Amino acid sequence: MTTSAPTTGPAPVTDTPPVIAVVSKKAPVILAVVTVALAAAVALGSQSGDTSFRLATRNDFVEIPDITVPAVGTAWVAVVLMALCAAESVRRYLAHRDTPLWLVAVFSVIGMIGFLGWAAAGATLPVVGLLAGALALAVPLVFGALGGVLGERVGVVNIAIDGQLLAGAFAAALVGSVAGSAWVGVLGAAAAGALVALILGVFAISYFVDQVIVGVVLNVLIVGLTSFMFSQVLAPNAADLNSPPRLGPVTIPVLGDIPVIGPILFRQSALVYLLYVAVAVVTWALYRTKWGLRVRAVGEHPKAADTVGIDVVRTRYRTVLIAGAIAGAGGAFYTLVSVSQFNREMTGGAGYIALAAVIFGKWDPIRATLAALLFGFASNLQGVLSVIGSPVPSEFMLMLPYVVTVFAVAGLVGQSRAPAASGVPYRKG
Amino acid sequence: MQLELRDVTKRFGSLVANDRISLTVAGGEIHCLLGENGAGKSTLMNVLYGLYRADEGEIVLDGEPLQLDGPGDAIAAGIGMVHQHFMLVPVFTVAENVMLGNEETGVAGSLDIDAARARVREISDRFGFHVDPDAVVGDLPVGVQQRVEIIKVLSREAKVLVFDEPTAVLTPQETDELMEIMRQLRASGTAVVFITHKLREVREVADRITVIRRGRVVGEADPTATNTELAALMVGRPVELTVQKDAPTLGEEALVVRDLTVADSTGMVHVNGISFEVRAGEVLAVAGVQGNGQTELTEALLGLQEHVKGSIRLDGRELVGRKVRQVLDAGVGFVPEDRQVDGLVGTFSIAENLMLDRSFGAPFVRAGSVQVGRLEEFAREKLQEYDVRAPGIHTPAGNLSGGNQQKVVVARELSRDLRLLVAAQPTRGVDVGSIEFIHQQIIATRDSGVPVLVVSTELDEVVALADRIMVLYRGQVVGIVPADTPREVLGLMMTGERPAGAVA
Repeated sequence: MTTSAPTTGPAPVTDTPPVIAVVSKKAPVILAVVTVALAAAVALGSQSGDTSFRLATRNDFVEIPDITVPAVGTAWVAVVLMALCAAESVRRYLAHRDTPLWLVAVFSVIGMIGFLGWAAAGATLPVVGLLAGALALAVPLVFGALGGVLGERVGVVNIAIDGQLLAGAFAAALVGSVAGSAWVGVLGAAAAGALVALILGVFAISYFVDQVIVGVVLNVLIVGLTSFMFSQVLAPNAADLNSPPRLGPVTIPVLGDIPVIGPILFRQSALVYLLYVAVAVVTWALYRTKWGLRVRAVGEHPKAADTVGIDVVRTRYRTVLIAGAIAGAGGAFYTLVSVSQFNREMTGGAGYIALAAVIFGKWDPIRATLAALLFGFASNLQGVLSVIGSPVPSEFMLMLPYVVTVFAVAGLVGQSRAPAASGVPYRKG
Repeated sequence: MQLELRDVTKRFGSLVANDRISLTVAGGEIHCLLGENGAGKSTLMNVLYGLYRADEGEIVLDGEPLQLDGPGDAIAAGIGMVHQHFMLVPVFTVAENVMLGNEETGVAGSLDIDAARARVREISDRFGFHVDPDAVVGDLPVGVQQRVEIIKVLSREAKVLVFDEPTAVLTPQETDELMEIMRQLRASGTAVVFITHKLREVREVADRITVIRRGRVVGEADPTATNTELAALMVGRPVELTVQKDAPTLGEEALVVRDLTVADSTGMVHVNGISFEVRAGEVLAVAGVQGNGQTELTEALLGLQEHVKGSIRLDGRELVGRKVRQVLDAGVGFVPEDRQVDGLVGTFSIAENLMLDRSFGAPFVRAGSVQVGRLEEFAREKLQEYDVRAPGIHTPAGNLSGGNQQKVVVARELSRDLRLLVAAQPTRGVDVGSIEFIHQQIIATRDSGVPVLVVSTELDEVVALADRIMVLYRGQVVGIVPADTPREVLGLMMTGERPAGAVA
């Protein structure tokens, strides 16, 4: 019997195997493409003059003066800085290292300033209004994303977020009008969202139907149902049934007067304050309570949860209903804050963007909220730029939120892991 | 304390998994439940744990009949279970896993993680476990994960502790430590039920042995019974425990692997620069505890892994960087470690499964259409030759027993013109009769001059088949040693220790 030795001779056996860097080239490619795109836009577009960034609003403690910069110059400086960031990303890729998140963040901020400076040439850009509007537009996305995070964390993929938002919007208008109270309308919205979630739950949890299919079908069903009810019931009786009281902006004393921060965060509708509470409570409950521990266990390894006496089905139902109620409450934004009446298909697919925020946010409530805010920013940017008259075609700008969604989810998420049992029905035995 | 199962019967459709099984276990004793894979041991324990409901019979604890509607009821009654596939949430910490379902809470349902930590430390110290309550379970070695399972059960004050095939994933040393833990539990008055099919372990710790075959109790045995007696009782006929084989007729070095490194998509290295060679007509058996790079090694040989560095040469031809089909065409036969996932398509018929990796052309496909007649003839022939017990060639492979499924996989791979056979866990979950048969086939392949690489986590199988043994630990070769190396030395090597005299 021969015992052979490898050519390298015996190396000592180690307990911790090394890690080889497996680097994706997505980040450097995306950074380079975006840099070139902005450079091309600046070079080919005929922009001139100065751009003012307005940071002040009325009622601030201190008045911050406008910042005025030459439009094209600013854009070129930004392009150079972006190129440096992209080069650094390429250098790291060649050295088998990942592009860190901070580099992407720095790149994005510089790119945004450069783009805004260029696109708003000759005009004044209301920075505070842009950001405050972004937060307002992100409200349904954040509520939807919270609902999505909870659903997936317990193992049920909630494609029906859009349906829950739409059902919430419809119920908020109807209930709010009948009761004459916006807050009762919000409750109605939550109940409607929970009802959609109940249907999702019955099919996905009790009957093991494919969750993606049920979710999509529910979305289509809710579109049809609300459109029908709208034309048959709401439209003919608009004064009684489709004119809910509005949830107008409420300024929080003191906090609302802080320059920049105040008008963005604390001069919002009451629904935004409800959102702050919802994000905090969901995060705390998910990570710090018995309920949250069980939810996460059921979403990761339902059988393990079952073997320690946790009722998987009940936990899933309960969590999915709560998730639906949260998403539904977000739908109230459309009919109680945005406009004061219900309209057909008024969510415009926001539920799908919320779903993207769930993935971009790596199934974490805080990160999903930040992702939703990013998408809200993209939506509002489109609106603001068309108002001040930018050279970018409005059709292109309308694509912006969705383009950002695709880039964010496809390119820059990095390593992320869904809850292990997400989308998998639990069958006993 | 006395737990009694009286005439427990459990059926799945027409299959009777447990047929009037009666069993008693008392505090302070270790009762072994011995039986082959598929004999119904796990079903019985799932009934006891409330995961399945018995169709007939009752479970009685200290004279009181138990109504078990779920694991929660079993836990409340003081029954704990250490599952074969650990019931731990990999992304949770040890403390979180231990507290799950049994949480101590503060204000508004907030978790008292400190109480859970203290509890883990207390039990860990009592048994000398050395488990860090804040470690993430998925990062722990399997042996430690099993201790977490034991802590979890003990923290619920179990009076009856069921171990379901607990040694399948352990090194021999860890197995010894587990036996010691069982003795400690027995000394503290706990009733221990130990389910296994490994005779050596039974004889070491059991106070009483109950043997189950095809869902029925077929006898009780003393711990003093010999291996041969126990095996005969378990299988129902005399069994050959060793593999008949002659000294190998060695040929040229056929498979030469040099500095092979395999990483996963996160960059974690699973096979770390290993080199070895297998000569024609030789069986090189790869020993090691599961999860030490065996899966990645065999998959890299077939071209299934993405991040592979180094060289794999078969008869002088480089295989690294080739597509799976090219590797198959080069004459590599592959028995994957999980036949139900990678070896068979359960809903396909036996015949279709037999042509699964030959769908590109002759003899089974001509001008894009399957030659049904030729395939059926071939399938009937193989069914006969490999003694596959099935109603017919059109039976879905998923309906077969584990042993017969594996015979289908082996038949498919061995009926090609092979230049190398890679067999990963060839007899996992396979009955003793089929094990004998598959082992004979592997040796016959060797004797026909084909180099064979066998990967097994069962040391008995490694020793039985090997001409040489390569021990893997954390993706590295600890050593390549002769087949007659003492088990104790192999066991040590499986923990990463390189014994004096063994050359890597």
